[in-house]
Amino acid sequence: MTSPAKSPNLERDLAQLLGRDRVLCTRDALLAWECDGFTVHKSRPRAVVLPESTAEVQAVIKLLHSANVPFVPRGAGTCLSGGPTASGNAVIIDCARMRKVIKISTEDLFAVVQPGVVNLNLTTEVTPYGLHYAPDPSSQSVCTIGGNLAENSGGPHCFKYGMTTDHVLAATIVLPDGEVVHLGSTTGPRTPHGIDVLGLFCGSEGTFGIATEITVRLCRNQQEVRTMLASFDSMSAACRSVGKIISAGLVPAALEILDQATIRAVEASIYRAGYPENAAAVLLVELDGPHEVVVEDAAEIATIFVAHDALKVEEATDPKERKRLWKGRKGAFGAMGRIDTDLYVLDGVVPRTKLEEALEKITEIGQRHRVNLTNVFHAGDGNLHPNISFDGRDKEATARTIAAGHEILQLCMDLGGSITGEHGIGTEKLDHVSMMFEPEDLEVMARVRAVFNPDDLCNPGKVLPQRNACAEVSKWPQMVAKVLDVEDTPQEPESTS
Amino acid sequence: MVLSSESLVESYTRTLDCVHCGLCLPHCPTHQVLGVEADSPRGRIYLMRALAEGRIEEPESIRPFLDRCLDCRACETACPSGVRYGEILEATRAELERAQPKRGIAAWLTRTLLWHVVANQRRLRLMFWLLRTSEVLGLRWLATKLRLMPASMAQIAPPVPPASERRPLRTGVHKPPPGTKLRDVRVALFTGCVMEPMFGRVNRATLTVLLANGFEVHIPESQRCCGALLVHAGQPDRARTLANENVRAFADDDIVLNNSAGCGCAMKEYDHLLGTADGKAFAAKCQDISEFLATEGLTATPAEQPIRVAYDDPCHLCHGQGVTRQPRELLQQVPGIDLVSPTKSDDCCGSAGIYNMLQPKLAAEIGRTKAAHLHECAPDMIVTGNPGCMMQIDSHMRRSGHNVPVRHPIELLLPPQ
Ligand SMILES: Cc1cc2nc3c(=O)[nH]c(=O)nc-3n(C[C@H](O)[C@H](O)[C@H](O)COP(=O)(O)OP(=O)(O)OC[C@H]3O[C@@H](n4cnc5c(N)ncnc54)[C@H](O)[C@@H]3O)c2cc1C
Ligand code: SF4
Ligand code: SF4
Repeated sequence: MTSPAKSPNLERDLAQLLGRDRVLCTRDALLAWECDGFTVHKSRPRAVVLPESTAEVQAVIKLLHSANVPFVPRGAGTCLSGGPTASGNAVIIDCARMRKVIKISTEDLFAVVQPGVVNLNLTTEVTPYGLHYAPDPSSQSVCTIGGNLAENSGGPHCFKYGMTTDHVLAATIVLPDGEVVHLGSTTGPRTPHGIDVLGLFCGSEGTFGIATEITVRLCRNQQEVRTMLASFDSMSAACRSVGKIISAGLVPAALEILDQATIRAVEASIYRAGYPENAAAVLLVELDGPHEVVVEDAAEIATIFVAHDALKVEEATDPKERKRLWKGRKGAFGAMGRIDTDLYVLDGVVPRTKLEEALEKITEIGQRHRVNLTNVFHAGDGNLHPNISFDGRDKEATARTIAAGHEILQLCMDLGGSITGEHGIGTEKLDHVSMMFEPEDLEVMARVRAVFNPDDLCNPGKVLPQRNACAEVSKWPQMVAKVLDVEDTPQEPESTS
Repeated sequence: MVLSSESLVESYTRTLDCVHCGLCLPHCPTHQVLGVEADSPRGRIYLMRALAEGRIEEPESIRPFLDRCLDCRACETACPSGVRYGEILEATRAELERAQPKRGIAAWLTRTLLWHVVANQRRLRLMFWLLRTSEVLGLRWLATKLRLMPASMAQIAPPVPPASERRPLRTGVHKPPPGTKLRDVRVALFTGCVMEPMFGRVNRATLTVLLANGFEVHIPESQRCCGALLVHAGQPDRARTLANENVRAFADDDIVLNNSAGCGCAMKEYDHLLGTADGKAFAAKCQDISEFLATEGLTATPAEQPIRVAYDDPCHLCHGQGVTRQPRELLQQVPGIDLVSPTKSDDCCGSAGIYNMLQPKLAAEIGRTKAAHLHECAPDMIVTGNPGCMMQIDSHMRRSGHNVPVRHPIELLLPPQ
């Protein structure tokens, strides 16, 4: 990475572009931006800017590019892998004020939005037309469409409807040198011909430039939606019923499992949903479609629950009741704060048929490292989210947490899965990328990135390990060493006044 | 700066409950307007934690972000991790104020107003008399000029009511009128500092409704301002003085009712503020008027109101005390009423104690949004249970050209004359 050039007047120049209110460089206050949901990795930005339009983003990037200063796009900062954390004294380009819904087409079924539009707000906006935006991360009430695009985020309903990439049609992107490009096409398939460059941008974790206008597909609401909640006295019974549902050819809109510790934390929180606290696991199933189909599928699923000795089955079609059943799932991560001060949310994928085996081994890993581990996951996709609650002030406990996480990800790979389903690599999984990909694969990715981001100014230090370091598969993640070592302190920013 | 106070250590522990998930962000009015992380609950908690950890080099530099917080507690309601934001904020503000009292005319004025005027009924009355006199003489602008009334307050405050409405309620014990079915319950009424001179009619209505429903009402003479504004301004010591006086004033009462959400919330927190057994016992006696009446049930049917009424939740009632159901239940019992719930009825209106004087620009923006949401449901009347909110909503409805009366819920529970 290029080291940031000395440019004492940078903050002043930025203020000239955006006005002083939208350039924050109070050194102490900048601490508020030093991490996302992955609180282990902290790095204070040099400044934060809040542009409101494509032109402003472009002007800011041109300035930073010419001054050779790195920058990082940021949405709502809910990322769980360190994506929007400003490594290397970078400037954060915060999209929080780019929150206009520019256009809604209820006939052609798309919406054009600025990147800072909150996922759920888009759905709320189109609800009167009987439409919604399908990808629904559990953070949907907070996270932004820009962040979703950059992370290619998923959510409970992505089992049936696909991830963010399946719902993004076009985007205006400011490239890391300030050039503005328009990718994709607003109507019809994203790229009817030519190379799907926007497809490459999806999931690039803010390293390919900044999306400033995004066109997304809107979906019609289904005639009927039914939510079912079954509780079981063993995790394996819950997993087996998922297997059975899928092998029976049913395609629910969502299949989510919460374990007992998660249930208890949620029930103690304001997101209490009335989940039975004595259950070892609850399985949340959502069905949607024409009335007859939903009724028929629900009956079949109820039979499967009974065959797997479900303790209790609840069903709801009323929106209020459905919301209640979902509430606990959506608040699950936050509720973990009741267990310990910090939370490490893992994100591994295993083949669905190996869910039971994976969960057993994960429990064993947790016990061996003496960490407090809970599970909540998208069972339909085999996308596990083991959550480790720990005290981040305790370096030794943090190191154990990261080591356990490392082993869990290794396990996912050994079982034929992957190290991330939806939360991205960021800085969190830099040590693991080389476990998953061959050096040649990584080299191709690095070359693609260099096309977009040749000077590595845009979100440096994320997603791909430093070149040449790829081949080195470490058994013990370097992150542990970093944590046990003195935390890397960000460089002093130049003062303006 | 040395951060050693016990309350700060406790509030530091509370910051650790935050797991940085961000689910509170969409509920924070200042973050909604500004889009600035350091102006969000997650960001503020992060900064306050950093402060306690000694990572903040110049505590004064983070103060503006904390000052912009409305202390509306919407973040507490939204937080799955149960972070007690209000306690963290108040302890931190107190510590900052102690370490380096704010300077400048605005700070001085605030301190003076809060302690020497608001917390002193006689002087407060005098101020209102002066204001009223100047208004009658058409001198509202002069009052502003002479700093008898800050400019931002001049826009917010509705005209001071005439003396007949400002007259304080008689202290002592009031008995239900003859012929009323007695309930064999005696309650005490906390009358509040601003409510008395500004909304005397609300206190009168409260008393009338309680009596008409058969309750005996005690109004202790020695009661004082609740101290909430002082706590918010980082002056807990002075607030404690007032709190202790209130504890004594209501020593003989088992039920202490109030009709001002901000005061009610503060008094329910005397437990935390005083840290004494007395404080705890007092806090347990406090109830909002709506809580009490909804539990006890109305025996006197309210007068008919064939109108569309929008109920707006005061922050310190819904987020601060978790009371949302009771006022609605009571209003539903008003014959003929068409009760509607505006969009985001639990979002702050921007009043927040004296916030609209300290942060006029932000408060105005928040107030405008509130007025727009209220206007959407085309109400004939707006009701909300907190004097500050009544003023702010009234002012912003008027400023956006909608002439809708704003009342306290209790006013609709008055029996027919
Ligand atoms: C409680 C909770 C639940 C979650 N549940 C899920 C879930 O179910 N599924 C899931 O997939 N994720 C989930 N996440 C993770 C997170 O919410 C997603 O990754 C989300 O997409 C991040 O969006 P954000 O707006 O917060 O972006 P940020 O966290 O601010 O940024 C994420 C990445 O996007 C980049 N970025 C942001 N804006 C832009 C832009 N305009 N152009 C280019 N790059 C940009 C940033 O540089 C960063 O690398 C959850 C997180 C939390 C805290
Ligand atoms: S919702 Fe609670 S835990 Fe989550 S960021 Fe806000 S205060 Fe912290
Ligand atoms: S109290 Fe209100 S203004 Fe303050 S951080 Fe919480 S939600 Fe925001």
